[in-house]
Amino acid sequence: MRLFTHNMLSSNIKGVANGFPLRIEVDQVVEKQVDFNPDFLKNMFPKLEWKALVDAARTMGYTELPEEADSSMLESEEFLRKLHHALLELHLEEGALVCPETGRKFPVNKGIPNMLLHEDEV
Amino acid sequence: MWYLCVFFHRLLDYRRAEVESLAEMLGVYSSLEWRLPENQHPDSPFHLVNLPSEDVARNIANRSILVKGIYELWGEGSSFEQLEEAIKNYPEDRKLPYLTCETTFKVTVDSFGKAISFQEQNDRIKSLAFIPFKGRVNLKNPDFNFWLMETDDYGAHNGLPPVVQKRIFFGRLVGGADRKLLPTYQLKSRRYLGPTAMDAEMAFLMANQAQVMPGKLVYDPFVGTGSILVAAAHFGAMTMGADIDIRAVRDGRGPDCNVWSNFKQYGLPLPVALLRADNNLPPWRPGLKEVIVFDSGYFFLNTMIPFHPLGAWLVRALTVDEMCEGYGSGSFECLAASLTMREGNTEENNSMSLVAPTQFHCIFDAILCDPPYGVRAGGRKSGGRKLLKGIVGPYTVPDDKRTDHIPSTAPYSLAECVHDLLDLAARMLVMGGRLVYFYPVLRENDVVENHFPEHPCFKLIASSEQILSSRYSRVLLTMVKTGSYTEKVAEAAIIKHQEFKENYVKWLGDCNLHSSVFSPAHPQLGEEPDSKSCKELKPKYRGKYV
Repeated sequence: MRLFTHNMLSSNIKGVANGFPLRIEVDQVVEKQVDFNPDFLKNMFPKLEWKALVDAARTMGYTELPEEADSSMLESEEFLRKLHHALLELHLEEGALVCPETGRKFPVNKGIPNMLLHEDEV
Repeated sequence: MWYLCVFFHRLLDYRRAEVESLAEMLGVYSSLEWRLPENQHPDSPFHLVNLPSEDVARNIANRSILVKGIYELWGEGSSFEQLEEAIKNYPEDRKLPYLTCETTFKVTVDSFGKAISFQEQNDRIKSLAFIPFKGRVNLKNPDFNFWLMETDDYGAHNGLPPVVQKRIFFGRLVGGADRKLLPTYQLKSRRYLGPTAMDAEMAFLMANQAQVMPGKLVYDPFVGTGSILVAAAHFGAMTMGADIDIRAVRDGRGPDCNVWSNFKQYGLPLPVALLRADNNLPPWRPGLKEVIVFDSGYFFLNTMIPFHPLGAWLVRALTVDEMCEGYGSGSFECLAASLTMREGNTEENNSMSLVAPTQFHCIFDAILCDPPYGVRAGGRKSGGRKLLKGIVGPYTVPDDKRTDHIPSTAPYSLAECVHDLLDLAARMLVMGGRLVYFYPVLRENDVVENHFPEHPCFKLIASSEQILSSRYSRVLLTMVKTGSYTEKVAEAAIIKHQEFKENYVKWLGDCNLHSSVFSPAHPQLGEEPDSKSCKELKPKYRGKYV
């Protein structure tokens, strides 16, 4: 699971009001090279929850992202490279996503988050 | 300019829809004009289409799957004499640049509904001697391809209703589909397959209906083995997929036989994300930022203008450059405001109803899927529980069993599934984004009544039927998001869904498509025809069965 996905996911357990962002529990992180696509990044940047991304990247051991970001920074290639790395190249291979409200763990196995709810959470 | 558009004779319903979609994708913002050549039936592969330029025509043809060729038509007629006259009358300045002595050319003779022997083909080419070809012949890699095509004047054998008179066309090839894609991507050489993997040709058609382009983000909520996303990735999209079956998305059939390997097999970029999720309760965070992202003038011109109340007015008032410029600043309001300043014409603008396109929960450019409709695969949603005997009431997972608990699932009816799909698409698609999905319909006596799902945020722009058996078909629906998603819209959508659900029982045989499709035939009392006479009665004209 890339942090791009993490940035879009929330806990949708019945009754949970603030299921975003999910806390990340790391067992294994892998880095995979992905082709750099600045247009895609520029397109996606405004849709990101920046703080959630910065925190998630830190949990995964990547601390290069600035605390604050705005669209003017998209001009800098250095920034885009960092964003690219954090968003698309860091993978949570094994671990879990934890609901911030209930503490329920959504397991991540082989890079696939399992977001299916239990019978009593629907 | 009018071009001759010749299709492969298959998937008849999909042909024009594909060209129209691609034209819009390539920047043709008005709807296309079509007409049929003389004596041709709508099912004929020969169509005439009005396109703004040869470049557009070439790009459409080369990207398409069903266009055999788009031709600059030099002449047509019902006999060779008529054809000769037509070609002679075609303006010289349109012909001469392609006939000069430095160029190479090739003439291909083709026919529809009949075979022409090699000898006859040669004779026909020789009979074109009246055209002043000055270039050299090059059969392998000519600069210009000329095609002589004809239909026959009988209807019995060419899969079409009788044609009154034959028609002959002569034209210069502008472009044609790259059908080599299909053997490359064919399912039989795909490593990881499921029972309902989407056929490669259909997957490419879906991607074309969704106007998939590099940099777009495409989502499939029923990803299975990823067969639809493979086609989208081929056209350069970033892909995302979800499925409720974790075996499909995570495990596949081993480390080298899973959804990822299907992308690696063709050297395509891997999906941005694969996850296990339930379409009934999608785990996406609410309010994926409500911003409008304009990456090019294309999006604006293409998607906002035709549907926005201000659209027509803006087209009149602005040039393309101005629109693209105003575009960067963000919204119709900005555009309207800058225009007001430029023209000093406030009165007209004030009378416009400014609909603010602000509630954008947009992330996906297109959603492409083949939802489970319960014939070959049934839908499941979370929340089911086979209750143990004697236990009533909701099931609670004991605390010590929570970690490795495997949740049970409940059946997921098609009506509910489609409602959830439309709701998700309304929330997650960008304005102008496309939802392309299959919807099953029952066939009775070859008559299909069309009652397709509706949603206040969407406009249905194409429905193309593919016949699967004498009992049922599937229809590829292409819907464009034209309205933003609000609370009010969601309520209206639920009401529409209720109406739909009530009628759906009527249309789709008691909600049980499976039994309607597979139940044994009811023989008519005493008049069951034996299979032989049935065969003879079968007309040669097969319509959409091709």
